[in-house]
Amino acid sequence: MSGIEQNNTGGTPMTMIQALRSAMDVMLERDDNVVVFGQDVGYFGGVFRCTDGLQTKYGKQRVFDAPISENGIAGAAIGMAAYGLRPVAEIQFADYIYPAYDQIVSEAARMRYRSGGSFTSSLVFRTPCGGGIYGGQTHSQSPEAIFAHATGLRTVMPSNPYDAKGLLIASIENDDPVIFLEPKRLYNGPFDGHHDRPVTAWSKYPNNRVPEGYYNVPLDKAAIAREGKALTIITYGTTVWVAKAAAEDAGIDAEVIDLRSLWPLDLDAIVNSVKKTGRCIVLHEATRTCGFGAELVALVQEHCFYHLQAPVERVTGWDTPYPHAQEWDYFPGPSRVIDAMQRVLED
Amino acid sequence: MSSPQIPATSEPLHLHVPEPSARPGQATDFSYLKLSPAGAVDKPPVDVSASQTAPLTGQLIRVLDDNGDAVGPWAADIDDAVLLRAMHAMLKTRAYDARMLIAQRQKKTSFYIQCLGEEAIAVGQTLALRDDDMQFPTYRQQGILVTKEVSLVDMICQVLSNAADPLKGRQLPIMYSYKDYGFFSISGNLTTQYIQAVGWAMASAIKGDTRIATAWVGDGATAEGDFHAALTFAHVYRAPVVLNVVNNQWAISTFQAIAGGENTTFAARGVGYGIPSLRVDGNDLLAVYAASRWAAERARSNLGPTLIEWVTYRAGPHSTSDDPSKYRPADDAQHFPLGDPIDRLKQHLIKRGLWSEQQHDEVRTELDAEVLRALKEAETHGLLGSDNRPGAALMFEDVYKDMPEHLRRQRQQLGV
Repeated sequence: MSGIEQNNTGGTPMTMIQALRSAMDVMLERDDNVVVFGQDVGYFGGVFRCTDGLQTKYGKQRVFDAPISENGIAGAAIGMAAYGLRPVAEIQFADYIYPAYDQIVSEAARMRYRSGGSFTSSLVFRTPCGGGIYGGQTHSQSPEAIFAHATGLRTVMPSNPYDAKGLLIASIENDDPVIFLEPKRLYNGPFDGHHDRPVTAWSKYPNNRVPEGYYNVPLDKAAIAREGKALTIITYGTTVWVAKAAAEDAGIDAEVIDLRSLWPLDLDAIVNSVKKTGRCIVLHEATRTCGFGAELVALVQEHCFYHLQAPVERVTGWDTPYPHAQEWDYFPGPSRVIDAMQRVLED
Repeated sequence: MSSPQIPATSEPLHLHVPEPSARPGQATDFSYLKLSPAGAVDKPPVDVSASQTAPLTGQLIRVLDDNGDAVGPWAADIDDAVLLRAMHAMLKTRAYDARMLIAQRQKKTSFYIQCLGEEAIAVGQTLALRDDDMQFPTYRQQGILVTKEVSLVDMICQVLSNAADPLKGRQLPIMYSYKDYGFFSISGNLTTQYIQAVGWAMASAIKGDTRIATAWVGDGATAEGDFHAALTFAHVYRAPVVLNVVNNQWAISTFQAIAGGENTTFAARGVGYGIPSLRVDGNDLLAVYAASRWAAERARSNLGPTLIEWVTYRAGPHSTSDDPSKYRPADDAQHFPLGDPIDRLKQHLIKRGLWSEQQHDEVRTELDAEVLRALKEAETHGLLGSDNRPGAALMFEDVYKDMPEHLRRQRQQLGV
């Protein structure tokens, strides 16, 4: 079960924002080499409040504001990591990470390899991603595929406060560069794609407790967000909640895998589930063509071919820029997942 | 409706595309270089403000005059031992380059880049730093490694990508990495290291360390966005970093005017960012050492960054894949008004009785032999493309700290 499901006693109710802040607080306290910086991250505490209070607590040498320069933030973080710090750098929106792409892919991802292991890039780039918030073209994107494609990076995306804290702590402690994608749609509460229904805040959610202190959720390990036997839905981030809602709505016994670590990933979890169910849907917000779903489909085909009883379906964002007015025509909500489940079960 | 004060018609616009003054078969007019006589430019105090250095960025700091005498405010207090060490390192760098060029022509390696004519800059700055400072070089600062007496055999093994290559055959020749010698891993992507140097310097400041960083970029690569980011961050956080711009007039085939050097200097840019900036004769070892020492003192005194434009000339081809006779006069380097850095230091040292023609020739001969011996020893570990190369299994290591499952599977697929 996903962390939040298994952790409904003890701990403190936290939103994903509070959980992420707690992770940084814990690591700033625990390791003198951890520094946190980015646009509006210091005094103001971040445009999403994820770093609220950290500068006051740890000082400007540890938590500070940065110029509006994503390549500068990334390059400076890489230099700091080469020195021996563990920077946790924030890119305000994943949509604005592209100026840093050269630094992340050409430099951070390859530092250990090209230097024969002498220089490393033990750092984390945190960045809010995903749609479902009327963010339009440049506040909604899900660029995980371009990072999953870059050798040397780890790409991680949590779907709930417990995992968010545990995965961020594990990412900060990890010695490889980590792209830590935070679905901003989930910052304040779970979201199942039913935009016409009232949204539940994390505080109202029954299983929202997060330990105050140190713990981690290991990288490269998926979670079973919903157990089932009829088919497997492989997903991550906001669409974990969409998949669960779709299964409940349609009364289909779907197994929902929350990948958590996109790459490197937990292949065993995928293979075990698909071999059990024989049917598979890949679900993500990002656009379809050459999206991360294509890699997931290929892995399922390679490893589960003789167990498959139907073609693997992809439910994804359309191959268009993320629109504003057509938000709910674009976002892969429960009805599209239900349609796909019915097609997969018909075969 | 436009204002009646704005003319309704005007001459057609035209795009200005800068050109060098000479192409093959012609003679370069070097008057575009704003030169100053040796000794003419002030030496400000290390706590100078950026704006106070503005006049200096249109002038040129030089110590050695045409007679080889050290003159002016930047001439004081340079140990003879430093100068002799610099001469040795410059000669060794040139000998190394010459031999590696031959090795590339003999197909012992795929690629090489010389720093012919630019030896003084990397050598001079390295001698002005502490051993534990970190330099973020481009591919044309091999003089740093030679000055620090890194094993030539080790360096050549990297160039040959052989079984003893410290980078395990993964990197293009000359993309060295020597953490223990304060020499950051070279990347093929231009200017990326410039902002990384600033980040390293910020880290040193965060930790209350006393080490500083140096950043290196060529004239052409100043056009990259990371140059702008580096200057901004260095200024914002007052990072202890020396920001070097090696203006060798050429970026492969493009003259420095195409990089934005026309009617301005690269040093002038630093002032715009609020960074004290100098423009220095890059072929004058005494000026290089003095300016580098000044900038290092500023950084180490928490006074922040310094930008230095080194005016020099790329005397050789861009790389072994380049033929400069296709875009510039063949004899351009001989006419460059700042001459050759080795010749100029030699003249100075001889004049002061510290050196002689005979010593010069003897040392050159010794260094040629030393480099050749190093090459022969390196060759015993294999050449590019030989069986004696880094094992294929090494290809899969160091992508991550621990090899993930998918790379283990791929390694097994290859059968190594």
